[in-house]
Parts: sequence; C-alpha cells; structure tokens
Amino acid sequence: MIEEMTPPTKTLPAPSRRSPSRSPWTALIWPGLVFMALLFILPFIQTAVRALTDPGPQNFAIFFTDPVYSRSLITTFVTALFVAVVALAIAYPYAYIMYAAPKAMTAVMMVLVLLPFFTSLLVRTYAWTVWLQETGIINSALLNLGVIEEPLQLMRNTLGVTIGMTHALLPFMVFPIYSSMLRIQPDLVPAARTLGATPALAFRTVFLPLSLPGVMSGFLIVFVMSLGYYVTPALLGSPRDSMMSELVVNQIEQQIQFGTGSAIGIVLLVLTLAILFAGTRIISFKDIVTGGRP
Amino acid sequence: MTRNIPLGLKIFGGVVGMLLIMPTLVVIPMSFSASPLLKFPPEGFSLHWYGVFFTDPLWSSAALRSIQIAALTTVLSLLLGTGTALAMIRGRFRGKSPIQVLILSPIIMPIVVLAVGLYFVYSDWKILGSVGGLVLAHTVIAYPLVYISLSTALKALDSKLEDASASLGASKAYTFRRITLPLITPGLLTGALFAFTMSWDELILSIFLTGPTVKTLPVVMWDQVQTELSPTLAVAATIVMLVTIVLIMCALLIGTRRKALKP
Repeated sequence: MIEEMTPPTKTLPAPSRRSPSRSPWTALIWPGLVFMALLFILPFIQTAVRALTDPGPQNFAIFFTDPVYSRSLITTFVTALFVAVVALAIAYPYAYIMYAAPKAMTAVMMVLVLLPFFTSLLVRTYAWTVWLQETGIINSALLNLGVIEEPLQLMRNTLGVTIGMTHALLPFMVFPIYSSMLRIQPDLVPAARTLGATPALAFRTVFLPLSLPGVMSGFLIVFVMSLGYYVTPALLGSPRDSMMSELVVNQIEQQIQFGTGSAIGIVLLVLTLAILFAGTRIISFKDIVTGGRP
Repeated sequence: MTRNIPLGLKIFGGVVGMLLIMPTLVVIPMSFSASPLLKFPPEGFSLHWYGVFFTDPLWSSAALRSIQIAALTTVLSLLLGTGTALAMIRGRFRGKSPIQVLILSPIIMPIVVLAVGLYFVYSDWKILGSVGGLVLAHTVIAYPLVYISLSTALKALDSKLEDASASLGASKAYTFRRITLPLITPGLLTGALFAFTMSWDELILSIFLTGPTVKTLPVVMWDQVQTELSPTLAVAATIVMLVTIVLIMCALLIGTRRKALKP
C-alpha cells in the first residue's frame, strides 16, 4: 500500500529510506486524534478563552476577593487528600486479604469491589442519603434504641462527603494495590522468615516496600479523581463548604456566569494537572490511570 | 497463594465487603413501596411505581433515550478505540507516549470542566441538547476504556498466527477478518460493555448537554433527587443498577472464559 501522506518532518536532513515493512496501521491513529482534538482539547481551550475574555482575566480575581472561592480551593484539596488517606487505610488491608486468602474468597472479594465500581454513582450516593440523613436509617435505629436523643449530623458535612467518596473511589485504590501485591515474588516473605524475621518484620521490610508502587498509583488516582467529584459533594456535602466542581456548576447553571464558572474550572484543571505532573515524577501516567495493569 | 490471615483482619475484610454492597441495595425494597412517599422502611408492597416508570413518558422516554445513546456511544467508541489500539500497537510512528497520555486522560480529568467546555463548543456548533452531541460527549470518556481493553487484547495476541496465515497466502484483509478479529473478539466485547455502562450511567456531561426535551435517565433521576422524592426514583435506581450489574457480570464471564481458553 502506497501512502501519499508525507510526515511534516520532511525538511530534516537525510530522510530515512521508506522501509519495506512500513506499517499500514499507522494511518488509523488519525480518527482518534481528530476526535480528541475537537471534543477534548478544544473544549478546554474554549473554557480557558471564556475565563480570560468574558469579560476579562479579572474572573480569576474572585479567588482573591471572595473568601468562598479561596476556601473552596482549600476544601477541595483537603477533602481529596483526606479521602485518599481513608481509602488507603481501608484498601490496603482489604487488598492484602484478597492476596492472602484462598482463591474462591479472592474471587468473591473481587466481585464485591467490582460491583460498586460499575454501579451508577448517582444511585450509590442517593442510597447513602437514605442511610445518613436526619430521618435516615442510622439515626432512626439509634433513636429507637435510645442510644442518642437528638439525630446525629451524618451528612451535609465533611463526614458525609468522606463516606460517600471513599465508598465511590475505594475500587480505584484496591485494584492497583492488589495487582502490585500479585507481582511480588511469592517466596520472598518465607525467605525472610527462614532467616529469622518475625512475621511483622518480614511484612515491614520485605512485603510493604514491594507493594508501594501500587499504593502510590492508587493514592494518586483517588486523590486526583476526588478533586473533580461533583455528584457526591453535591448530595452529601455541606452547602457552606462547597468543592470547586460544585461552584463551577453553580456559576454556569444557576448564576449564568460563564466567565467566572470557566475561571474556577480552569483553576480546578490546573490543580489536577499540577498534582498529576508531580505524580508522574514518581510513577508513569499510564500506571496512574490503569492502576499499573499491563 | 494462601497464608494465615489474623482473625481481626478477616472481620475487617468482611465488614468492608458488606459496606461496599449493602448500602446501595436499600433502593430495591424502597422501589416496591405502596405509599406515594419515598422512604425507608417502605410502607406496604406494590408494583405500582414500576407501572408508573414504564408508562409515564417522563421516565420511559428518558430510559429509551439512554439506551439509544449508550448503544450509539458503544459503536462509536469501539470504532475509534479499535482503530487507535491497532495504530498504537501495530503502527510505526513517533510520539506514541504523548498520544497515549492524551487518549487516557479523560479518565482522570475533572469531568465538570470538560462538560463546561463542551457546552461552549456545542453552543457554537448548535448541537446542544441533541442525541448526536450526547453520543460524542459520552464517547470522549468511553473511548479510553475501549482503547485499554483492545490494546490489552492485541498485546496478548500471538502475531505468529497472523504471520502463518499470511505465509499460507492469505491477504491482509482476509487475515484480519479470519484470524485477528476472532482473537480480539473477547476484548471487543469487554470494551463494548464498559462503553455501554459508562454512557448508561453518565450524569455530569449529560446535565450540561441535555436540553429540556432530550433527557437521559440519570438526568431525570438527578432532577428528581433534588425536587420531589417519589418511589419512582427508587424504581429507576433499581433498574439502572440491575442493567449495569447484568452487563458487568457478562463482562466478567467473558473475561473468565478468555482466561480458561489460554493454556
């Protein structure tokens, strides 16, 4: 097959002789690239343009003048970090049990993680409100048992967001940790034990360090994904301490302030990219996104 | 790999496993409520709200719309994802790793910001609130999933089989149709199921890009969550959840069969 397409590098000296094995598959990259340019890159450019021109760059000043927005920046960052820490604390032992348990049990535990992973986030978050609200299942039960006299505030605050988001993002933490545990040579820990290490010491000095790549990848993906979450904070979070995604939706949908909404969106995007970029110093982008799966 | 797991850890695992599944299941009994109020525990038992879901045009047309959009998204993202995976694995060109970063990034970028940007782009293109626009938007996030699934399938494919076919005189097209395609079919099916599920559940892009007449099921549910709470919401939640679970079980079964086929 003769290709008419010439690469833009033709001005380079001594262009390499077209190799006979030149692959006909190469051209298939174009539809995907054009699609991504128009429907992924262009929207972000449009958002940036709006933020800078509608009516002008002063859109960004809102972060310095209105404490709601500067606080939201901090709330977003802290909530995301907190969710990642809690998710790690739950996911690591869970992944370890999956790793150490008999095969059948591992399979069951895998399905338990996979099902919520794919169940509608809206449905799951809504279900949490049934449990957590003032007249919800937990409060009713505790009131009926006489444990409490006033209903507890379980949602519309940081606790609610953390519960909902940890539940939603736990699979993203479990998968990479579990798969990095699977890559550990199975005879290393027994070897350490033979050499006299206690189980705790063998775990701490051999197993734990070797599972760290998965921990890193899981932590980063959960952290970064939390930054942009909308549904869970909107339903379970405090109306006063909004996350940035909530402010974006509020500005665009309710206030019809396209410029300000775009500016908040761009700041959220830059925050996300900055954290991802810092992350890729330690671990490859593909490993962050795919959880280190081959 | 079986080791001793301390009892405390076992209990912890059990509790976490329960917490992963149980809270969501609460919507199922609520959907059979006989009272007009959405609450738990439900009062009485009836299928009344299922009747409402399937006859009220608000819900039933949204459900059909969601199926239509998810099906079209699946087709489009399969075409793009397969093409890209073939090019990335078989093709020879520079810049593969930035391209890979670009294709995978919708998974991790804040969807809200993408939604805002697409809202602007679609306003210019005058496709706001159209089915086509929603399909394109959903494809942005379904396409990376198909790409991952297809590139995994292609990497696992033994290229000697294709060489053998070619050396026996088969044309490239014939080899692709009779050797390559059947071997990557499980990958295609898994990718298709992921894409369908992704679109079927998608809320954020849809909130921004649907119009008053073209609403998807999650958008109608979202409106309802914020306003009136009728048990039809629990019915919709149950149906959305069951459809997804069935699809994912299919994907898992395909995955297990694929493993079983390997020596």
